[in-house]
Amino acid sequence: MSRDLQMRVWRGDATGGGFVDYTVPVEEGEVVLDAVHRLQATQAGDLAVRWNCKAGKCGSCSAEINGLPRLMCMTRLSSFDPGETITITPMRTFPVIRDLVTDVSFNFEKAREVPAFAPATDNAGGKFRMAQIDVERSQEFRKCIECFLCQNTCHVIRDHDENKPAFAGPRFFIRYAELDMHPLDTQDRQKMTQEDEGLGLCNITKCCTDVCPEHIKITDNAIIPMKERVVDRKYDPVLFLGSKIGLRRDSGRTVVGPAVKRGGPSPIKHPATTVEGDASDAEVD
Amino acid sequence: MTESSGARSATSTGARSATSTGARSAHETHDYDVVVVGAGGSGLRAAIAAHEAGARTAILTKSLLGKAHTVMAEGGIAAAMGNVWPEDNWQVHFRDTMRGGKMLNNWRMAQIHAQEAPDRVWELEEWGALFDRTKEGKISQRDFGGHRYARLAHVGDRTGLEMIRTLQQRAVDLGIDVYMECTVTRLLKSGDRIAGTFGYWRETGSFIQLNAPAVILATGGIGKSFKVTSNSWEYTGDGHALALEAGGSLINMEFVQFHPTGMVWPLSVRGLLITESVRGEGGVLRNSDGKRFMFDYISDYFKAETADTEEEADRWYDDHINNRRPPELLPRDEVARAINSEIKAGRGSPHGGVYLDIATRRSAADIHKRLPSMYHQFKELADVDITKEPMEVAPTAHYVMGGVEVDADTQAATVPGLYAVGEASGGMHGSNRLGGNSLSDLIVFGKRAGEHAAEYAAKQSTRPTASSAAVEDAIAAALKPFESNGGENAYAVQHELQDVMFDLIGIIRTGEEMQRALTEIEKFKGRAARVTVDGGRAYNPGWHVALDINSMLTVSEAVARAALERKESRGGHTRDDYPMTDPEWGKVNLIVTQTDGRIAIERKPLPQMPNDLMSLFEEPAK
Ligand SMILES: Cc1cc2nc3c(=O)[nH]c(=O)nc-3n(C[C@H](O)[C@H](O)[C@H](O)COP(=O)(O)OP(=O)(O)OC[C@H]3O[C@@H](n4cnc5c(N)ncnc54)[C@H](O)[C@@H]3O)c2cc1C
Ligand code: SF4
Ligand code: SF4
Ligand code: FES
Repeated sequence: MSRDLQMRVWRGDATGGGFVDYTVPVEEGEVVLDAVHRLQATQAGDLAVRWNCKAGKCGSCSAEINGLPRLMCMTRLSSFDPGETITITPMRTFPVIRDLVTDVSFNFEKAREVPAFAPATDNAGGKFRMAQIDVERSQEFRKCIECFLCQNTCHVIRDHDENKPAFAGPRFFIRYAELDMHPLDTQDRQKMTQEDEGLGLCNITKCCTDVCPEHIKITDNAIIPMKERVVDRKYDPVLFLGSKIGLRRDSGRTVVGPAVKRGGPSPIKHPATTVEGDASDAEVD
Repeated sequence: MTESSGARSATSTGARSATSTGARSAHETHDYDVVVVGAGGSGLRAAIAAHEAGARTAILTKSLLGKAHTVMAEGGIAAAMGNVWPEDNWQVHFRDTMRGGKMLNNWRMAQIHAQEAPDRVWELEEWGALFDRTKEGKISQRDFGGHRYARLAHVGDRTGLEMIRTLQQRAVDLGIDVYMECTVTRLLKSGDRIAGTFGYWRETGSFIQLNAPAVILATGGIGKSFKVTSNSWEYTGDGHALALEAGGSLINMEFVQFHPTGMVWPLSVRGLLITESVRGEGGVLRNSDGKRFMFDYISDYFKAETADTEEEADRWYDDHINNRRPPELLPRDEVARAINSEIKAGRGSPHGGVYLDIATRRSAADIHKRLPSMYHQFKELADVDITKEPMEVAPTAHYVMGGVEVDADTQAATVPGLYAVGEASGGMHGSNRLGGNSLSDLIVFGKRAGEHAAEYAAKQSTRPTASSAAVEDAIAAALKPFESNGGENAYAVQHELQDVMFDLIGIIRTGEEMQRALTEIEKFKGRAARVTVDGGRAYNPGWHVALDINSMLTVSEAVARAALERKESRGGHTRDDYPMTDPEWGKVNLIVTQTDGRIAIERKPLPQMPNDLMSLFEEPAK
């Protein structure tokens, strides 16, 4: 059942790079990541690629396959025409580190800006009571595997580095929506999203939803409801003052200040030094 | 405002300096009180506890944050909260755990685990985890093999994702320092004491040294040494090997869990896990004749508590009190052996497995709701619709019961300042782990390890410092694959080792085959020393594999030697040449140590269980 697959893989680093063509034998039932692994094991031992679970659960193996943002481990070779060349490039929105590996620290920095879940304090010690139907809305967003394909696709930051500081991106809009819809959270997540995380820059193109491997309805179930309620509130002083919004039946919300943009050094560390003149020259450190 | 990307500052709460360790190199160093190696459930929980105890804490991980193995866990977290069956309590959980491990577990760890698991689960909920609910709005609990009552807190079949995300978000919120894609290759010592870690950044290949009086190993398991496995590239047994090298000991290494239900087809996904929840939710195993064969494999040990007719087994799902459990839900070692026997007897499926059938047992709607990621996994990777067709399954290397020998209450290893937790530690699960008991183990002992490591660090009147010679040696070892011109391919050696381990030290073992495996391992050691790496040091997986192989070889040898020594069958260790369980062997654990690169095995009597706990095993089984 084995056949030869033609592949074009982007190889290079921050200083530049280009496509390299390979011919790789592949088997029935394989996915793109299998072909990449075989390439690594037999022809290109130093080909940089991220992966962990090979089952669509960890969100490590994101790349662009024939121009489409996909998980390499969930893209079956049988979904292409037999003679088709498969072209793989790293995600475009993030700076390339090497070959198919990009620097996704943008996302880890944005994650720091989200103020933690803040339940009412009298709920501690196994006393939480929540109905299944009330947790399901947030559970949809917690399916997120942090593959960052939605972030990679969103035109607000794709090719627009200048928007990055002011825009958290769809992955974090669903994070805010998740907390907003959590039956026991006490903070005003809508205001934070709108004022501090750039929800206003989103113009509901739904490209993020289209690429989500977890099929999370990012736009319909998170972004649009958040936008609508923000708008409602802006124009309805009574609702605003009551700060009891939309779906919420139980607790009222404490309106807090803007999301904490944390100053100081990031706890997410990066290498302090690079290996100069990096090559197989092992003397240099 | 924080910098959004590309920030390359390495400021740290820990003091930082560039240490010169001789002419050859300068690399970054940072000072901490507690360094946690690993960012899975156990590492994150340990780091949170150490931080909350006031220790300057850092986490190191080979992958990005949130990608550790814990993210893949599906079924649930075992904790006797009694939300579904009020009859459940820690004593029942303790008893199930000990019996599941064929009484070889460290009783004290099993006791602490059963007692503290509920509080740790509730704590996750307070930090934002959203578990599935019961009708009363409490955390829902599901049935799993070997657990007498429905006991596993879960979120559909993605419980591990919920756990890791919750802990990751908590750790980030607390501002704990995280070194991502940073691999530890050595533990540093000062005299007898731990002095820190040495390793490299995957991104640049540059070296990094964290100085700390306490190091917690939370590096996970060893499954990557086997050809068919549910485990990822990370499971090369680094923590096990690091501990041995630093003078620590391993316990129960002969016990490797083969999960009964791995995928078998297409080859690309061979070994990928099918969660036990499929059986917990009513799925049954059938052979090529359509027979529910598990009824033929009920061992005497579990006879009293297992249904012997399909009718009783099916009634059990709704009435646990008046019926006994279906044999499909026996502990994993029993089910894996049964599947193996059916396949060997020629009653297997076309691709060498047996059938797991949920389609005829539950409605399509229920399957979508309760097992969504299994549905997707089969649909997208195998073109199988599990609501209409059975799955083909066979055993896959899944979990190692063996690990670093630790003190039950503190998780302290035998080396002062060294701690181990999670799958990297040993003792808790005896000869076989029950499903769901790992995720609970991570958080129960993660908290304890973090607290005790912080306390130990605070008590040290002087900070231990590693000698520059030791650091030089670690650098030389890490760079060796670049200097060798032996021409061996790291990936090829890795693949061949995986074949040998799966074929010769797999689910059924014999003395002769294990001897052969040991001979092969010796040859692989020679080849590993001749591995040559292409390319440079920046993000070079070929180099990473070349270094990982050393850990894989160490743990493979530890497993083989311990397995050869234990002349009986028990739990995750089945020998064709010694098929019976031997009560004499039930009194000892095997301890692995390493001196000058040579592995030694020694027998150690089991700690004596107190009488009040012993009496729990006298009541009639149900
Ligand atoms: C598919 C699957 C499903 C499972 N389902 C369940 C379930 O439903 N219930 C259950 O209880 N258990 C389950 N398990 C078992 C359970 O998930 C694992 O045992 C557990 O998650 C291990 O957690 P850990 O914290 O010990 O390690 P991991 O989560 O594996 O984390 C290990 C960490 O150590 C890091 N690391 C390793 N080596 C180094 C090094 N040299 N330097 C730096 N960092 C290093 C890794 O990068 C990683 O961050 C499942 C396992 C699998 C594979
Ligand atoms: S819908 Fe909004 S967030 Fe999603 S891709 Fe479009 S602009 Fe970006
Ligand atoms: S929302 Fe979907 S696309 Fe975006 S990071 Fe999460 S899983 Fe990936
Ligand atoms: S490797 Fe985990 S999602 Fe692809």
